[in-house]
Amino acid sequence: MYNKILLATDGSEHSIRAASHAISLAQVDNGMIDIVYVVDGETSKSDVLHSVDKYEVKKEREEMLQPIKMKIESAGIASELHLLHGEPGPTIVEFANENHYDLVVVGSRGLNKLQTLVIGSVSHKVMKRVDCPVLVIK
Amino acid sequence: MNRVEKIKYEWFGNVRGDVLAGIVVALALIPEAIAFSIIAGVDPMVGLYASFCISVIIAFIGGRPGMISAATGAMALLMVSLVADHGLQYLLAATILTGILQFLFGVLKLATLIKFVPRSVMIGFVNALAIMILTSQFQHFKGESWIMYSMVALTLAIIYLLPMVTKAVPSTLVAIIVVTAIAVFAGLGIRTVGDLGNITSQLPVFMLPEIPLTFDTLMIIFPYSLALAIVGLLESLLTANIVDDMTDTGSNKNKESRGQGIANIVTGFFGGMAGCAMIGQSVINVKSGGNGRLSSLVAGVFLMFLIIALGGIVVQIPMAALAGVMIMVSISTFDWSSLRNLHKVPRTDAIVMIATVITVVVTHDLSKGVLLGVLLSAIFFAAKISKVKVKSYATTDGKKKIYQVDGQIFFASVNDMVEKFDFTESINEVEIDLTNAHLWDDSAIGALDKIETKFEQNHVKVKYKGLNAESRLLKRKIGGLSKASGH
Repeated sequence: MYNKILLATDGSEHSIRAASHAISLAQVDNGMIDIVYVVDGETSKSDVLHSVDKYEVKKEREEMLQPIKMKIESAGIASELHLLHGEPGPTIVEFANENHYDLVVVGSRGLNKLQTLVIGSVSHKVMKRVDCPVLVIK
Repeated sequence: MNRVEKIKYEWFGNVRGDVLAGIVVALALIPEAIAFSIIAGVDPMVGLYASFCISVIIAFIGGRPGMISAATGAMALLMVSLVADHGLQYLLAATILTGILQFLFGVLKLATLIKFVPRSVMIGFVNALAIMILTSQFQHFKGESWIMYSMVALTLAIIYLLPMVTKAVPSTLVAIIVVTAIAVFAGLGIRTVGDLGNITSQLPVFMLPEIPLTFDTLMIIFPYSLALAIVGLLESLLTANIVDDMTDTGSNKNKESRGQGIANIVTGFFGGMAGCAMIGQSVINVKSGGNGRLSSLVAGVFLMFLIIALGGIVVQIPMAALAGVMIMVSISTFDWSSLRNLHKVPRTDAIVMIATVITVVVTHDLSKGVLLGVLLSAIFFAAKISKVKVKSYATTDGKKKIYQVDGQIFFASVNDMVEKFDFTESINEVEIDLTNAHLWDDSAIGALDKIETKFEQNHVKVKYKGLNAESRLLKRKIGGLSKASGH
């Protein structure tokens, strides 16, 4: 049923947990899982400031997401990593809709009410505006 | 893409996004240009003209489309004593000279030199900049009433709380409008921009700085220009890297250096102060959808339009509102992750970062902080790399001893290495294994010669093993020169 799954991640513990749910769903139908990570403006600023050059920036981001990719691949599932740039919410929505995924799996950071009010919730935006079903992992 | 297509794409590939983002940036630039002028000790028009000229010129000749350049805090902070001691005309001359230096930097393709500035120095640079912007605001608080303090607090509250409700309008602009309206209608009588300088509703005109063209003048402005040129390029190239990453595209750093140079030269002739690229504004621009050359042009033109149309209102902006905006600029400039990770990064990196910050705060000169940071990093690097490990073991018959040398052998490490050899043992032969070592300079060869000589004095034969090709070449070229003669 879900052959083409998109796993939206920020590299955190929560998103590693989201990965295991994506894996169990993909295994049902022999599907594949793409990983998407969105670099926003603030992350760009601090990553560039803390790295020697752009190759190191790219390497560090890929290394950060390596555990998730390994986890998926060791379950025997094909996976591709996409590093995108922009506001996380809209960028994930656009990418998911353009590439026609069957399902988007996204981790929620488990913010409290005030934090949600202040920094907003990416998972909420994704849930509302992606065309396909969305699974939010709490 | 051929040349014409590329130009077309850089200018008109994103017209709607660029125009909207340019307008947002123009609105954010005005309070900053005024506040940075006040920091430098000049009329607000000097910063506004600079922001207009620089952003318009950079739109055409910059190397990084989508990056915003204008009057900046980093540059303003360097000018304070020049303006205080010698006045505006010397600042304009220094601005022109800064541009010439930056242009030469670009022509000589020296932009790659930025890689010799370690990241801990760059982090120290932005943190020091943030602290300096904050402390530069303290003068506005001196002897003020609680009304002024509460207006600053209101400005900050609107800036940080409004985005929770809506992100459709820039919260900084709303804060300035609300605080200005309150001050005007309630007749608070707090200090305004108008109390510190004039806003003239006219376009900048070309003029030569009124300074004596003598060697003495050059000696006054050159140190300032050099510092401005270095700091300007450092911040511009750092910003270019950030915009590269945000837009996932590349840029031409040497072209950007030349562009910054030309922009500053022209700005100096049109009565503006030296500027450079701005991290904060560039991030705002890209986030608002701007990524082409048009965004920088729109920002500059719209800024000038607003000043001409609304100059009478701009002078009524209370200093409290500007101080609030500057506090926000300071907070967002500071690299907070460097504090969180301070205990995690190597200790020497932390020391370099903190030393850079302290130097800037004490000397009020960003370029001195960078210089000290680079020097300190170089010393730490030399200290780290000059650690040489020497392991020794004897063969079973006790006649031969093998020394295994690990590390970089050069002027800073040779003393360490030589001390680890024991020349007094009664053995017949010594083997020096250099498989994991690299000989770098004549000090290295000299040290080996010295070791050889000392062993030979005790009639011990010395053999080498595992020299890599480059080291062998070096040893053959200069080996034996420093050895005692007669061998």
